[in-house]
Amino acid sequence: MVHLKIDGNTVTVPEGTTILHAAEQIGIHIPRLCYHPDLSVEGACRICIVEVENNSNFLPSCATKVHENMQVQTNSPEIRRARRDLIELILDNHPRECQTCERDGNCELQNLAYTLGVRERLFEGRRKKYKIEKSSPSVIRDTEKCILCRRCVRVCSEIQGVYNLSQLYRGFDTVVAPAYNAPMEESVCIACGQCINVCPVAAFIENNSTEQVWQALADPKKHVIVQIAPSIRAAIGEGFNQLPGTSMTGQTVTALRRLGFDAVFDTNFGADLTIVEEANELVNRLESGEKLPLLTSCSSGWIKFLEHFYPELIPFASTCKSPMSMLSTLLKTYYAELVKIDPKDIHVVAVMPCVAKKFEIQRPELASPHGYPYTDSVLTTRELVWMIKAYGIDFVHLPEQEFDAPLGFSTGAADIFGTTGGVMEAALRTAAEKLTGQPIKEINFTQVRQVKGLKEASVKIGDTSLNVAVANGLTNAKTILEKVKNKEKEFHLIELMACPGGCIGGGGQPYPPEGYYVLDPEIIKLRAQALYKIDEAKSVRLSHENKFIKKLYQDYLKYPGSEVAHKLLHTSYSPREPKGIK
Amino acid sequence: MKQSIELDSKISNFIESCLQKPNHKSYLIAVLHKIQQHYGYLSLEHMNMVAHRLQVPTSMVSGVATFYHYFRLKPRGKYAISICLGTACFVKGADKVLEAFETELGIKMGETTPDGLFSLENSRCLGVCALAPVITINERIFSKVTAQNVPGLINKVKMEIPMTE
Repeated sequence: MVHLKIDGNTVTVPEGTTILHAAEQIGIHIPRLCYHPDLSVEGACRICIVEVENNSNFLPSCATKVHENMQVQTNSPEIRRARRDLIELILDNHPRECQTCERDGNCELQNLAYTLGVRERLFEGRRKKYKIEKSSPSVIRDTEKCILCRRCVRVCSEIQGVYNLSQLYRGFDTVVAPAYNAPMEESVCIACGQCINVCPVAAFIENNSTEQVWQALADPKKHVIVQIAPSIRAAIGEGFNQLPGTSMTGQTVTALRRLGFDAVFDTNFGADLTIVEEANELVNRLESGEKLPLLTSCSSGWIKFLEHFYPELIPFASTCKSPMSMLSTLLKTYYAELVKIDPKDIHVVAVMPCVAKKFEIQRPELASPHGYPYTDSVLTTRELVWMIKAYGIDFVHLPEQEFDAPLGFSTGAADIFGTTGGVMEAALRTAAEKLTGQPIKEINFTQVRQVKGLKEASVKIGDTSLNVAVANGLTNAKTILEKVKNKEKEFHLIELMACPGGCIGGGGQPYPPEGYYVLDPEIIKLRAQALYKIDEAKSVRLSHENKFIKKLYQDYLKYPGSEVAHKLLHTSYSPREPKGIK
Repeated sequence: MKQSIELDSKISNFIESCLQKPNHKSYLIAVLHKIQQHYGYLSLEHMNMVAHRLQVPTSMVSGVATFYHYFRLKPRGKYAISICLGTACFVKGADKVLEAFETELGIKMGETTPDGLFSLENSRCLGVCALAPVITINERIFSKVTAQNVPGLINKVKMEIPMTE
């Protein structure tokens, strides 16, 4: 243990602790910008500087380790002035358009400028000028706003293993961009949107679809349907100052009706259906012993990653469309026939925690045979929060309402799709009954519940033992996929999610409330708990026991894996250029 | 991006030898040097190929290639005009000389004319400050250059200096 003094207070911390962390132990939050607890230390912004005795320069507290008898001063007129000057210098090369910026009100730079006391602008220097890069349906890159903190570069390489973003050129001309300064659409970007999440400003932002949705809602000829992903209900409250982990399913349904949607359905129904189809696929593959392990296919970011980085493993991926796309397909076929509306007059909006879904809906293989897309618009949780606020709806005090029938009914197995390990657990519940032909005794597969990035388990079902793995964050996915490729271990089922924590940590979720940081495992944990609670409270917790799913098969799809089910609910993948480097 | 081009066998062998060494990714700069030496510049296709051979992400390769001024990302002209922008040359008006070249050739520093004849580069001190401002064209030195004699110089070059291959 190391003893030191911070602002006159004695602190005892383990060796190797940084000054920044040591100060937190006595309740001092040193201002910071480029620092992120889950990423490597960059030391790029210098905002967290402190004074250390016997050092002529201020030192960055995020990158300086403590030593015995260290004397640290976190505040003095000189330090405060230096920090303020640093922020001013960043601001001087940053557009002055806060009021029209997407991050107005929740921008870390804006917040720091206020906290550190920047009240006037003293310098007027050269400012970089770049066009906004909008090639990707998911992620927009606004280089002019970039402050070069490199959080996006780090999240893209360290957490996602994609290495799409890097610093190009040097000095004043430095930009963060994909290789060769290529547009995002022509890069290996997997559209997960984690760059948006970690960006302290609005240099990365989702490709906004709210205007498209307002227009559809205002069009009297359109039957506008909305579906919401499982993870939305556990996170949307944070956009309205609710504590993380507050589930707000009923309020969300009411708010969507007030916004004017003609029908409010639940992506959960698609999730239940996914499980029935995927469990069937798993059982078939187990019986034939072919194409194992089965790799789940719900996460759009993961699937794009597979196509760029592991095309050789494409045959192992489940051919099931994502729950969103399954439900959208049914909305413009099964449902359209039920309500006798021409699918061309239906506009399907999907509220997702995800920006990769904005890419997914443009996949040509997911379009209807008539050429129109099954999903017309994808809104992120953030975009829906904004629409509700823009409308003036008092979200928190709304009465709770139920989803519309029949495509709004779901089991507990679907709710947990929103968290890492959830798809695995839901699939195991259904597969267990299919494999043994018996009702399962223990419904909770706690061995696959986890917040950490990678978990392997052996699950006993009847006489067979299944080797399963759950990975979230694509660096973890790489680890497990390499094991598969090298045949280090025989796996049967692997759940893969692009985002840390699964969909609840998606690239379209609300920016963190005060007291938390973005991708904070604490938030992820609370959101996951909310979903598990919803699951536990439901009377039906097995996807195949969803009565409307049963009816759907009876009336329309016949049986899992049938020809019609294949036509409507399954898809294919193909290698994608540019090829990623693992 | 298609990898339709072949790498020179010497470079290919060099990459192969790097792959045998520990920390082979750290040979990225050395490999890029070899490519520039041989082809005159780093084409996108070559950078891509290096990335895949060394298994270094393309974003990192392009990060390195754009960071160092030494690396050229566009083909060099038959006449490589290098203007010294060191302190002595600069105070003697090298910036005006550069401006004159840019106007006369219609290209910016670091670029090559569309006909592939001229490219503009800058260099730091050549150690002959008494002759400032100094420029070199394909290794030949021209001293005390002024903006006024830039057009004449360009014509003279075409007649007097052998082109590079």
